[in-house]
Amino acid sequence: MTDVTTIDWFALAPELSLLAGALAVLLVELFLRPERKRLVNPIAGVGVLVSLAFVVALALDGQVRSSFGQMFVVDNYALLFKAFFLSTALFVLFLSYRYFTEIRTYQGEYYFLLLSSFVGMLLMPSARDLVMIFIALEIVSIPGFVMAGLRKFDLRSNEGSLKFFMFGVLSVAVLLFGLSVVYGFTGTTDLVGVREGLAALGEDGREPLLLASLLFVIVGFGFKISAVPFHFWAPDTYEGSPIPVTAFLSVASKAAGFAGLLQVCFVAFEPLADVWAPVLGGVAIATMTLGNFTALQQRNIVRLLAYSSVAQAGYMLVPFALARPGGGDINDAAFAAVLLYLLAYAVTNIGAFACVVAVTRQLPARQIDDYAGLGSTSPGIAVAFTVFLLSLAGVLPIAIGFWAKLYILIPLVVEPTAGSIVLAAAVVVNSLVGLFYYLFVAKRMWMDPATETRDRLRPGLALSFTVGVLAVAVLALGVFPPPFTEPASRSTLTGDTAAAETAQAE
Amino acid sequence: MLSNLAITVTVFLPLLGAGVIALIPKRSEEAAKPVALVTSILGFVLSVAILIGYYAGPAGGQGLAYQVNVPWIPAIGANYHVAIDGISMPLFVLSYLLVLLCSIYAYHHIEEPGKPKAFLALMLMLQTGMAGCFIAFDLVLFFVFWELVLVPMYFMIGIWGGPRREYAAIKFFLYTLFGSVFMLVAFLALYFNAPERTFDILALQEAGGAGAFGRQFQILAFLGIGLSFAIKAPMWPFHTWLPDAHTEAPTVGSVLLAGILLKMGTYGFVRIALPILPEGAQFWAPTIAVLSVIAIIYGALCCLAQTDLKRLIAFSSVGHMGFVMLGIASLTPVGINAAIFGMVAHGVITGMLFFVVGSIKERYHTRAIAEIGGGVLQTMPRMGAIFTYVAIASLGLPGLAGFWGEIFALLAAWNPAPALVDAGYLTLFRVLVVLGAFGTVLTAGYFLWMLQRVTMGTAPERWTEHRLPDISPLEWGAWSPLLVLIIVLGFLPFLIFALTTPDVNAILAVFTGGA
Repeated sequence: MTDVTTIDWFALAPELSLLAGALAVLLVELFLRPERKRLVNPIAGVGVLVSLAFVVALALDGQVRSSFGQMFVVDNYALLFKAFFLSTALFVLFLSYRYFTEIRTYQGEYYFLLLSSFVGMLLMPSARDLVMIFIALEIVSIPGFVMAGLRKFDLRSNEGSLKFFMFGVLSVAVLLFGLSVVYGFTGTTDLVGVREGLAALGEDGREPLLLASLLFVIVGFGFKISAVPFHFWAPDTYEGSPIPVTAFLSVASKAAGFAGLLQVCFVAFEPLADVWAPVLGGVAIATMTLGNFTALQQRNIVRLLAYSSVAQAGYMLVPFALARPGGGDINDAAFAAVLLYLLAYAVTNIGAFACVVAVTRQLPARQIDDYAGLGSTSPGIAVAFTVFLLSLAGVLPIAIGFWAKLYILIPLVVEPTAGSIVLAAAVVVNSLVGLFYYLFVAKRMWMDPATETRDRLRPGLALSFTVGVLAVAVLALGVFPPPFTEPASRSTLTGDTAAAETAQAE
Repeated sequence: MLSNLAITVTVFLPLLGAGVIALIPKRSEEAAKPVALVTSILGFVLSVAILIGYYAGPAGGQGLAYQVNVPWIPAIGANYHVAIDGISMPLFVLSYLLVLLCSIYAYHHIEEPGKPKAFLALMLMLQTGMAGCFIAFDLVLFFVFWELVLVPMYFMIGIWGGPRREYAAIKFFLYTLFGSVFMLVAFLALYFNAPERTFDILALQEAGGAGAFGRQFQILAFLGIGLSFAIKAPMWPFHTWLPDAHTEAPTVGSVLLAGILLKMGTYGFVRIALPILPEGAQFWAPTIAVLSVIAIIYGALCCLAQTDLKRLIAFSSVGHMGFVMLGIASLTPVGINAAIFGMVAHGVITGMLFFVVGSIKERYHTRAIAEIGGGVLQTMPRMGAIFTYVAIASLGLPGLAGFWGEIFALLAAWNPAPALVDAGYLTLFRVLVVLGAFGTVLTAGYFLWMLQRVTMGTAPERWTEHRLPDISPLEWGAWSPLLVLIIVLGFLPFLIFALTTPDVNAILAVFTGGA
């Protein structure tokens, strides 16, 4: 066992530099005149870039590092997620710049909270200990509660924030209770230790309390990733929040939840996969079906995207249902499928929200009808938004969303069982249902004339850049997916890879 | 070899052109037309160069040429494998010819709401998808090109279409997508059941020929793949998207839809379904033959009932594709050759018919036969003459292109593959041939009746007063290659047959060798 008190500062550098960035934002803002407060956005950007540079340096270093014993590990998987979170942070900053300059409230506080939340996200994939995972999850969540309520003048923002907070606190309590029971059974909070402890319990040791505690943990994460039936907060919170915060909640915060769920399920709870996998399979089907069918009825674009993101979480949960105790290959494939889908979803969804931000500047009502005629007034944004929508629909192999969905389907049909066939059918049917509402928005933009004459959108440089880069990325990766698929399949934590890493670290 | 990149360059050139068009600023939107024209001229020249190179080069006019095979998505074993052979060649060149003619036609007329920039960019995107389908030798790659076609056509119908455009567009999209899902599942099934996991069409063909797939599996997989192709072709009873899509689509959309898109389905049968799943093909061939003959008769009867000129032409496609499918269902070299000839002939003739009907509609502002009220030969003598000529070609007059595909399809079905005869289907096929021959009579009937109602008779006064402009020079430019091709292919059918026969024989060795 390594000495728990030794600290590898290099391994912690990304988190520390981001934290420094967050504090700098808070401090500098105090000394800026109101009209110059928007300068904190670039300062935050610098913090993110420095942190990203450290992540790249760690990746080039290539060594598996750890701190605080085995609580904090930097490996391929962690680095992939950190790079992903920091890129997301950059794009969220781009989205926020003009938006927060124009609503003129709490700029310093917002950027501080945003970066703090991202510090939690950086911790999450490195956390290999139940306590550490809990801490990371809290650091991610608590700033989110406040950010969701930043539009104080709007009742819906208050409502969304409060709902988010109540649900969050409840689920965290349940999660913590579950974790404490697991600790009671295994005597350790280390993920690998928990796995060994659970495996040692054997068939007889599966007491109802233990199995219930697994479900408690899943409930805790289910809230974070807005899986049905823990999704009720999502549409209201998404609708009430400032749109950059919505983008943040629907992508980054959800990804952090998935990172935690991946670690807990595929590492710690792997010996009990035959218990939780069917549960997650059921949750997956319920999530995608409910999300899609509710999205069909939305007339508000943000609510539509909110339910769409619920449905997308359903697709991401599907591979969890394939996990098996000791099923190295299949677990590997499932793990990689979740990673890939998460990456693809993030790129696409941030892009979609960037388009919504651009349109909302001119038409704050956020109705889908506002998008009529967008194809003739602002073809650039309309083309990009169409690309994002088609990628979210994930049925056409010209955008990254399709390959992500194929990755989910392939492990389902390799060794078909009754369960996996039901899941595959559910994914296919849901994709077709989803296509309806994604295409409906595209149709509004291109085929319906605008209800009133209006000017071309002026999204500004940061937003245009975001939309353009992400649209090109979605298409380019749709044509040539290996830059996405290869890192994802090399960064799993399951089976042999994980064992090798543990051995290497010790 | 560098020359092997030729087809890759040719296929992606239109996409590049579409990208260039997208960069044109909105105020100089008309500049999209020359860009599209230059791109499609280049594409056509390249495709003809590939055709010449195919004969003159090492391939010597048979087998695969210009082959490129590099890893593409290693994680799922998909390769970028493209090549061209005698079966792909006629359709490949035809797609470039039709797009070239469409970009000439775009100078003459683009439907409301104009927007040449978006329209032509979509058309070029469509070209890449269509041509890519004919050269892909990897199932995943094929699937990508197959689906790539969907988006531009959806928007083309949905934005520039007729009054019921939105309904037609979504129907087209969902029908095709519905089929694609089954195709994808069947492709995955092939991948996992092949002796060595692969998406490569050639490797799977070899495995299929060697009997690597069980009979039960073949029957199911053929159903999955065939369903998707049958929807695209379209085969009765999956044809219902076609009349709507064709009728509502803008002229250029209809031309490409009839000229190339439908052929992707029948080509898929010849390239993928038959050689990889020979036993599945034998199992389903009688069913396909029955459905084809139903399509021939049903298409003709529907045509007799139409009051809308464009919808009539659309239904005539159902019948013509019925002949193509009947040729394929015979599982004989003659039948497949006839099918490919029929595809090309239908592409040329029906593409041309849609051009003429589009132009008639543009002048009369109606497609209703009763509204036009006859006498096109009086109001626009040249247009009327051309329409008559093409309609007669379409009904299968000997000496014009429409004849050979139909007659050989019927001949082939009279003597279907030995395996089908052994299975006791000879009588069925012969009955079907008789019914199919009756269908040709009906076809002649509805076309002649249509000509009688549209071109002949006395033009109503309201039209003679209008002084409708006859065929414009631009239209002559866009049409004359097709008009010439109709007669050239009619007199020299071996131009196509010589190209296709060696490779068709090679593909069908599975059946002759296996039986």
